Order: sequence, then structure tokens, then C-alpha cells
Amino acid sequence: MTVNARNPLSTLKSHLAAACASAALLLAAGGAEAGDLNALIWCDHSDPALLQPFEEANNVKVNVKEFEGTGAGLAIVDQSQPGDWDVMVIDSIDVPRGVEKGLFEPLPEDKLPFADLFPEVKMDKSTVVDGKRYGITEKFGYNTIGYNKTKVDPADMQSLASLTGDKYKGKIAIYDYYLPVIGMAALAIGKKTAELTEADLPALKEELLKMKANAKLVGEVTASQTALATGEVDILVGGGEWVTAGLAKENPALDFSIPKEGAVLWSQSLAMFKDSKNKDMALKFIQYIMSPEGQARLATSACYWGMPANKTAALSDEQKKILRFDEQPGFLARAQAYPAPNADLDKKMQDMWTEMLQAQ
Amino acid sequence: MTFTGHNGRALPWALVTPALAWTLLFFVLPFIAMGLSSLTAHEGGGFTLANYSQLFTDPSYWRAMVNSLEVTAIVTVISILLAYPFAWVLAEMVPERWQRLALMLAVLPFWTSYVVRSYSWLLVLAQNGVINRTLTGIGLIAEPLQLANTRFATVTGFVHFFVMLLTLTIFANLKQLSPSYRKAAADLGAGPVRTFLHVVLPLTLPGIMVGAFLTFVLCIGDYITPQILDGNNELVMPQLVMMQIGRRGDFPLASALSIILMAVVTVAYLACARWLKIERA
Repeated sequence: MTVNARNPLSTLKSHLAAACASAALLLAAGGAEAGDLNALIWCDHSDPALLQPFEEANNVKVNVKEFEGTGAGLAIVDQSQPGDWDVMVIDSIDVPRGVEKGLFEPLPEDKLPFADLFPEVKMDKSTVVDGKRYGITEKFGYNTIGYNKTKVDPADMQSLASLTGDKYKGKIAIYDYYLPVIGMAALAIGKKTAELTEADLPALKEELLKMKANAKLVGEVTASQTALATGEVDILVGGGEWVTAGLAKENPALDFSIPKEGAVLWSQSLAMFKDSKNKDMALKFIQYIMSPEGQARLATSACYWGMPANKTAALSDEQKKILRFDEQPGFLARAQAYPAPNADLDKKMQDMWTEMLQAQ
Repeated sequence: MTFTGHNGRALPWALVTPALAWTLLFFVLPFIAMGLSSLTAHEGGGFTLANYSQLFTDPSYWRAMVNSLEVTAIVTVISILLAYPFAWVLAEMVPERWQRLALMLAVLPFWTSYVVRSYSWLLVLAQNGVINRTLTGIGLIAEPLQLANTRFATVTGFVHFFVMLLTLTIFANLKQLSPSYRKAAADLGAGPVRTFLHVVLPLTLPGIMVGAFLTFVLCIGDYITPQILDGNNELVMPQLVMMQIGRRGDFPLASALSIILMAVVTVAYLACARWLKIERA
């Protein structure tokens, strides 16, 4: 039973939530200063090697709060006061969700290096709403097949069918994030990731259960990376340069493929909050991240590597080789976007994912 | 200073006010907020019981509760079975001057980070870990066993921690036990086994139950150990709660699942309540 009208229960709940949030903010406010920049970020932005040059150049402290997943990020914003946050990292496909909530400020295109971005990752369909641009893609990569090339036949990694065959049973880990892996399951059964509907769920579930039956574990970033690096598994479903590139020096046997069925393109954007009290500094931060220097530092962040959206990123030749920079046009041509379900389908996909995790 | 009269009544209240305020601010208010949140629809707001019914109607959610109860029961029983003899040896067979050192060694696992300890177990149990290498090295097995990323790994990680906790509570109980009880039992003709079963064990039940209850509460609410050691091959309730928050920002459903978990802990408390008194009956 669901009643949508605002009722006394909701009012009381919101007051109590506000009281609790205020108490938490009071405790957390110790280190924050008026001139600080407050950023809701993914872990790659918390690398001091990325933030320090900006802080020193602008005499500003960047306070960061890490989150995983757009839902969690928007929940943090919901529980904050307007103006608490200045910038946010968000999945490019989810920029419209922030716009719908009235959170974001249009970005000045003339002050940002849009001409230097890889055209395929501008993601205008999601970063531009009603003719205004609310997000700029800063980093991208692929959820595809990560593997140890000394343990598996690289030729097998050119097809998603290898993930559900018997040859590598028990040698596979699955990255524990439902959207990209569901996207890979869609590619495996010949569906376009952008066109998934509720009617596709039974076939997707069947494919996911086949993958699970072959998998030794389903792990978040650290667990799946560790499993691949330590030899616990030889293949990571959903892996890509974001897993293998950062480990390239220690373990050059790790690599990734873009199979013939394609791969899922992940792309993260930066957005500025409409209620930011420090919009000039927020814009400077976005400009810094999008600059050749900022892009190189972000691409090789200690948390995870990924392709810089800006083609002019100041990467070394070795870094470019690890990221397979020169192969990007071919990769991008075969990549498909993250599935972008509406709220209802999203819940059903997550429930399907939970079922897959619980399957024995 | 006197504790009688008007001022005398005010002083105790003044002394407990900080603790009451702390409890109100950091337990009662958040708990009420969580309760109200659990009755609110994630999409669109408004009153709903759907967050509670999901646990009972969705088999994968119910499976998480069953997994939690199974893992917790297994961990609690194994921990008691290992901790009791260990505490007994410490209390009865180790000379008093060595007991402090032995206890310190027993609690060594508490000194390391919980996360580091869990990852260490992952490395020990891994395909290329110490156990598999040893077993394959001595020719006992041809292929490595899958020990990591299983329920076995989760139970092992938990037991390693909780055996120490239970050892402490049982050891304390054994040390409080007057030798007169055993002497009296012997005088009345009871042998060592009968004395243990009918005198020592019942008198140390409070220590066992306190440790078992703490084990139950900490184990059923733990997220880190199953997350690291189980490889997401089966979910327990805390993982399900975290999924709602981390993936969807669905605080209402997470709140409902948390309150159900608290209800389970409350039932466990009521079941153990008679043994959880500070003074022995």
C-alpha cells in the first residue's frame, strides 16, 4: 500500500531527519572553512596528487566526500542543506537525474575545452538537457573482460561466450556492479544496452545465472582487483583498463579485450551545483580537472586508472601505452553505453542482481 | 555535601543528564527517524508497509535472513566449543604468573585492524595461500581447494575473532568460581565429569551466555567479514542493507531491514536475558 500525499508521518520524519543531519553536520563542520570547495566525488578524485596542485595554485582547501553510485550520491545531497556542495562527480548517463531534481547549474561551454574531448564521450544525450549543458565528461573506460594473458587464451577473450562456457569455470570473477554487467549480459544475448526493457529481464537473468555458475566470486573493486592480481581468478567480467592499467607495472600479464559483441562504455562527468556558494572556484576546479595536466593526473589516479576524456591529456608515452590510448577510436566504435533504466526498471534490475548473488 | 533533600535529588539527575542526552541524541532520535523512514515509500514518499513486506515476499531477501541466522548460529556454537576448553586451560592449568601473558596472547587478534585481519584470512585461504600450498606440497590434494570466497571462509574469519571474546568472558567466570563448589561436590562423591556437568558448567553459564550474546549481536550485524571473505556468493542481512544505501539510496528499505535485524537481536536478548544479569543469581 502506498499513499503519496504528504502526511504527518512524513513531516515528523523529515523534521527528525533534519535534526539528525544537523547534529552530524555540526560534528563534521570542524575542518570546513567558508572559502573551501566541497566536492562529492568518486575515489579517484581523492588522490592528493590530483588535488594538491589545484589547492596550492588557488589557495583553497578541497573537502571531498566519496560515494559509490548515483543513488547514494543523490541521497547525500537530499540530506544536506542547499549550498553545502559545490561540485559532483556523476555517471554521465545520470546527469539528467540531477537536473530533474533541480540540483545542477548549466556549465559555460565557452570556458571549457569541449573541442578537445573524444567526440564519442561527450554524451550530449545525457549531459545536455533542454539545450543547456549540465555535465562534462572527464574520464571514461570500458566494462569488458579483464584477464591474465598468461593463464587464458587471448583469442577466447574476443567473445563473451567464453564467460559462460566450461573452459574457464571457476576461474572467473564478476565485478559487483549490476548495470555494466547486465549491459554485458545484454551484449552477449545480442541486445542493445540502450534499448533494454522489462521484457528482456528473463533472458538477462538466464545469462547472468550462467555467468554466476562459472564464477568463483562476485566482488567490488578491491576484491575483484585482488582476485585477478593474486591469481585467485584469471578472468574478471566487467573488468577493463580501470583494473589492469593501475596494476600494469606490478603485473604486466593483466590485460583487457573488447570482444566482438562489444563492451559497455562507462563515463563519469563533473557537474556544478546550482546552489553552490563558491561557483567561481567550482568552475576553476572543473577547468583544472579538464586541463591537460589535471586530466593526466585523474587518468592515472591511485584509486583507479581510466581514459581521460580530453585527447590532449599530458600523459607519458608509457601511460598511453598502458591505457591503449591509440586504440581508442576502434574501441569506442564497438562500445555501447551503460544501461539507463528508469526508476522502476532500475529496481527490478537490482532485485535481479540480488537474485543472481544469492543463486547457488 | 548531602544526598538528601531537594539538592540531593537533583544531583543524581544532573550526573546522569549527559548520558541521557547522549543516548537521546545519538540513539533514540536516530532510531525514531529510522523507524519513520522505514514506513515511507522510497519513490514519492507517503506511508507504506512495503519495505517490511519485501523481506517476506522476495525469496532472495528472505534468503539473506536465513543466511545470517545460519552463519551466526554456526559461528556462535563453534566459538563456544573452542573457547570453553581454551578458557578452562587458561584458568585451571596455566600457573597464575603466566595467565596475564597467556591472556594477552589470546587477545592479540584484537590489536589488528578488522579489515586487515579479514584480508589476511583471504590470503591464507586463497588458491595460492598457505593452506592450499601446504596441502598440495605434502601431496594430500592434487588441486587447490576452494576455501576463500566461501561460507567456510566467513565462518573462519568470524570464529578467529569471537573465540577470543568468548574466552575472556568464560575465563572471567571460571576465575570467579570458588574452589569450594568443586570440593563440596567431591565430598558428596561426584567424580570430575559429574562435577563439571552438574556444578561447574551451570555456574559458568552466565559467562558463556554473555559471550554468546555478544558474539550473536556482533556477528549478525557484521558487514565487513562476509563482504571480504564470502566473495558475495551468498548475501547476509548487513550486505543487503548496504546494497540498498549504496546502490539506490533507498534509506526506507535499508531502515526496515535494519529494524528487522534489531528485532532479531532483541529476541536473542530475551532468550538469554536470565543469564545476562550482572550479579549471578
